[in-house]
Parts: sequence; C-alpha cells; structure tokens
Amino acid sequence: MSARRAGEGAGAEQRQARRSPLPRAETPRRVPVTSPRTAAARRPRYPATREIDEQTRVGEVYMRSLLRTQFRLALFVCTVLAGVVGGLPVLFLLIPELREADLLGVPVPWAVLAGLIYPGFVLGAWFYVRQAERNERHFAELVERR
Amino acid sequence: MLVVVVAAVLIGAFGIRFSRTTSDFYVASRTVSPLWNASAIGGEYLSAASFLGVAGLVLSFGVDMLWLPVGWTGGYLVLLVLVSAPLRRSGAYTLPDFAEARLESMTVRRTASVLVVLIGWLYLMPQFQSAGLVLRTITGAPVWVGGLLVAVVVAVNVLSGGMRSITFVQAFQYWLKLTALAVPLVFLLMAWQSDGAPALSAEDAATWQVPLTGGRDYALYSTYSLILATFLGTMGLPHVLVRFYTNPDGRAARRTTLVVLSLLGAFYLLPAVYGWLGRIYAPDLVRTDTVVLTLPSRMIGGTLGDVLTALVTAGAFAAFLSTSSGLTVSVAGVIAQDLLKGGVRSFRWATLMAVVVPLALALWARALPVADVVGLAFAVAASSFCPLLVLGIWWRRLSTTGALAGLLVGGGLACAAVLVTITGGPYEGVTGALLAQPAAWTVPIAFAVMVAVSFLTPDRVPAGVARTMVRLHTPENLDLDRGDWRPRSS
Repeated sequence: MSARRAGEGAGAEQRQARRSPLPRAETPRRVPVTSPRTAAARRPRYPATREIDEQTRVGEVYMRSLLRTQFRLALFVCTVLAGVVGGLPVLFLLIPELREADLLGVPVPWAVLAGLIYPGFVLGAWFYVRQAERNERHFAELVERR
Repeated sequence: MLVVVVAAVLIGAFGIRFSRTTSDFYVASRTVSPLWNASAIGGEYLSAASFLGVAGLVLSFGVDMLWLPVGWTGGYLVLLVLVSAPLRRSGAYTLPDFAEARLESMTVRRTASVLVVLIGWLYLMPQFQSAGLVLRTITGAPVWVGGLLVAVVVAVNVLSGGMRSITFVQAFQYWLKLTALAVPLVFLLMAWQSDGAPALSAEDAATWQVPLTGGRDYALYSTYSLILATFLGTMGLPHVLVRFYTNPDGRAARRTTLVVLSLLGAFYLLPAVYGWLGRIYAPDLVRTDTVVLTLPSRMIGGTLGDVLTALVTAGAFAAFLSTSSGLTVSVAGVIAQDLLKGGVRSFRWATLMAVVVPLALALWARALPVADVVGLAFAVAASSFCPLLVLGIWWRRLSTTGALAGLLVGGGLACAAVLVTITGGPYEGVTGALLAQPAAWTVPIAFAVMVAVSFLTPDRVPAGVARTMVRLHTPENLDLDRGDWRPRSS
C-alpha cells in the first residue's frame, strides 16, 4: 500500500525493489529488469524473412499474401483493359451512330484509336506502377518488422 | 537517289558498328536510366512493320487496322502488369533461360529455344521483304537486292562484333525514327492545308473511315483475334526480353516499361495520319507499304520533297537494321547455345543460319503486307510464350509436362497456321480468316492444355517452385534466400 502512495518519480525504483529477491540494503549493483511478456510480444522468435527462407508454414503465408495482392492488382488492370479494348469493337458494332459521330472534327473511332487510347494506356501503367510499389513497401514493412 | 540509299545504309550500319565495342549487358547498362533504357527498347521494337506497314494497311483497309499499333503498344501494358518485374527478378537473360529457371527442365528449355528461333525468323522475313520494297521504290532495283543488302550488313556487323548494340545506340535509333516520321509529316500537313484541306471522297467517308465496314471479311473476328495476338504476344518476343535484363532491378523494369508505353504512344500517333493522307493523295498505290515513302514526292515534290524522302528512307533503313540486328543476335545466341555446341565457332554458324533462312523465306514466300506477317509472329508468341510466362510467374502448380504440352500444342498450331498462310493461299471465307488470324483459337487452346496437363501431372511440379516464387516476387532490397540459379553464359 505504501508503495502505491509514493510519488511518481520514486515509483519505478520502488517496483524494482519489490521484485528483487534480496533486501535492498544488500544489493551491491543494479540489474535492469524488464517484463518478459512485453519482450515476447514485441519480437517474434524468428524474423519473417527467416520464416520465408526456411519455407515454414508462416513463411508460406507471407509469400501467398504478397502474390495474392500483386495478382489481384494485375488482374484488376487487365480486366479494365479488356473491358475497354474488348468493348470498343462491340460498341462500334451495336451503336452505328458512334461510328460516324465527330469529336472536334475527327470521327470518334479515329479519335479514340489513333489518339486518346495511348494516354489512357500510360495512365493505367502509371496507376499500376504506383500501386505495385506500394504493395511491395507494405510487404517489406511486414517481414522486416521486429 | 542512290546517294540517299547509301547514306541511309551507312547511318544504320555505323549505328550498329559503334555498338559492338562494348558488351553493355555486363557493365554500363546496369546504371542506365529508365528513359535511355526505354528509348533503347523502342528503338529495337519499332520495326519496318511500324514504320511502313501500319500506314500502308490503314491506307488499304481503313480504321480497323489502327488496332495493330494499339495492340503493339497495349502489349507493353499487359507485359508491365503480368511479367515485367518478376521477369527481371528471375535473372533470366533469354526466354529459354526463364523456362529453365522456372521449370528446372532442359527439355522445356530446348522447346523454348526452337520456338524463339521460329518467331525470330518469322519476324526477320518481312523486314528483309520490305527492305527490298523500299529499295525498289527509291532506285528501281530488283526486289531481292534490298533484302540481301540488309541481311549482309546485319550479318557482317554481328559476325565481326558479336555482341549486340549498346543501349545508347539503340536509344538513338528510336529518336531517329521518330524524327524521320514526324518532321516530314509537319511539311505534309502544311502542304495539305495550303491545298485547301481536301477531305476524303464521299465513298471513303462512308466505308473506309468507319470501323467494321471496309476491306476485309469477318472483320469482327479478325479484329478480336488481332487484339489478342498483339496484346499477349509482345511479352514473348525474343528481342524484347533481353532489354529487360539491363534494368538494375524489378522496380526499374516497371518504370522502364511505363516510359516505353509513353514513347510508343507518341510514335504511333504518326502512321495513322500518313495512312489517312495517303487515302486522299495516293489511293492508287499497289504495294501500299510504300505510302510513307511516296507521299513527300507526291504532295510536295522538288528539292524539299527529295530531302524529306531521304529522311524517311533513312528512318526506314534504321528500322530494318536495328530490329534485324537485335533479332539476329537473339536468335543466333539461342541457336549457338542451345542447338549447337556453344562457343565462338557455333555463334558464327548460328548467325548465318539466323539470317539465311528468313532471307530465303523472304525471296520465295508470297509477298504479304509487312505488318500482317509481323502480326503472325505475334500470334505464335502469344500462343506459346504468353501462357508459359503468365502461368509460370503466377501459378505454382504449373508442371514441367504441362508447360511442355502447352508450348508444343499452342506453338505448333499457330506455326502450322502461319506456314499455311505464308506458303499457300490466299484462302477464302472462314478458313481464310481462321488461318490468317489464328490467335483467337490458338491462345485459349494453349492455356487450356497447359493448365489441364498440369492438373493431371501434379508430381511433375518442379521441386524448387517455392524458392523460385520468392525470387520472382520479392523486392530485391529484402535479405532473402533466392536460390543460386544463374543464366548460363554463352
């Protein structure tokens, strides 16, 4: 009870003193004491890179998660691409007005196929590169965390 | 005019002569920035088909043909998202290298080698054919002279030097081709303006410039098949992969691909305009592949017309020489290393084989439009290497037997269709369309066979697949065990 009532500054010392197996007066040197539980929580026994190297179950889970995120991203870009590219001929087939419509004096099919689609590709590529690098950063943070 | 040709050939020849002094793959290129690297990829990639063929096909068949350049550019987007970084990280230097690294099998490696050689020959053949065409347009020489000239220049350069062009020279080739097409176009458009900006004829405006109406039978099927071949075939071209090796790591490989997309997009804005102007000013051309060369003299004429023709011709020869030499080195390397015994002697024989076979094909085969034949090379690549790369990179259960079966069935069917189209024909109706654009059926078959056979042979999944996946997908800055596979040096 008396230890709890003591001031903040003296608290740590008193707690140490209480856990020490010997009476305070007989300890010649100080030993740093930390709780084993917090240490266990902070640092796993193996770093994740070692789990991957040794191909343990845990390492496998890490690798699968990386592959899945990257593949999902790739699949997303490919789906959008297939939608746009695969959709255009159908669109031209089903909506005849679109074939002959003008955009700033240029027929729409020409404006799209000979011009606008290229900046579209670059935009898609830029998005992919940004996301893929972000995924890799997250993976690196995950496996290097200690 | 002869002066023009000599100058053009010399520019191209000197371009590749510089190059052979350094084998940059081992030294300099590892520090090359993405822009230079991307320019080099563009310089090697933009062949006669892009420089001459696209405008010609647009002139003949109208807006549907614009899918070719769209696919040749979009193929890099598919390559970027599905294979670029893992391919660089694999450390593979050629496609057979990748096959060996991933599937741990020499049989798969050899099969891949044979396919690389076939695709390379198929791609080289139209380069030689259009060289002959260009020379005939400019000087009136017989068709075989130009092809022979380019073949000899390429062979001599490769033989005397060995290694391929340094990045800087190939990068220069891209900017040369862009200039050679862009500068004359500015003058052509000015001439068109001062001519009162004539429009297309009423008939052309109703059919030629409208999609799915002009030119070819089974337009919808052909369009989709073309899209599939070009979007998926780019990743399987032998001379493209080698350039990825010059990136320092997977991240740089991605960034390089992003720049490549921008450069190709900028270039492909031009041929469509040439095709469109050609439809107004030169609708009577028989071999439409020459439209890019004919327009300056027809629309402008005089000395300026001659100078512009010279510029375009120089660009065309740059296109033949850079693409052909890149392909020849890739093909010769594979022949020497995997099909002959290896070493310098083998490389010499291999170079001769790499050049002579497509030259013979170019002389005897039916003269198809250059961009069409290159399209067939893409179809073979899309039905063989695309499944191998995509499944190899993303699917652990791909088995050695499955990969082999897919390569043989997909590549075999596509090659058969191509052979029939080039040597026989032209065929009419559905058969003709299916043979001329095989990708729409061969690509799904190749994927299906690879997956199905892999499921049937789970015991033939390579033992080191987990380690290989770590190697392919983890960023290089992580300290991980990636196995000790290295490409064999030739």
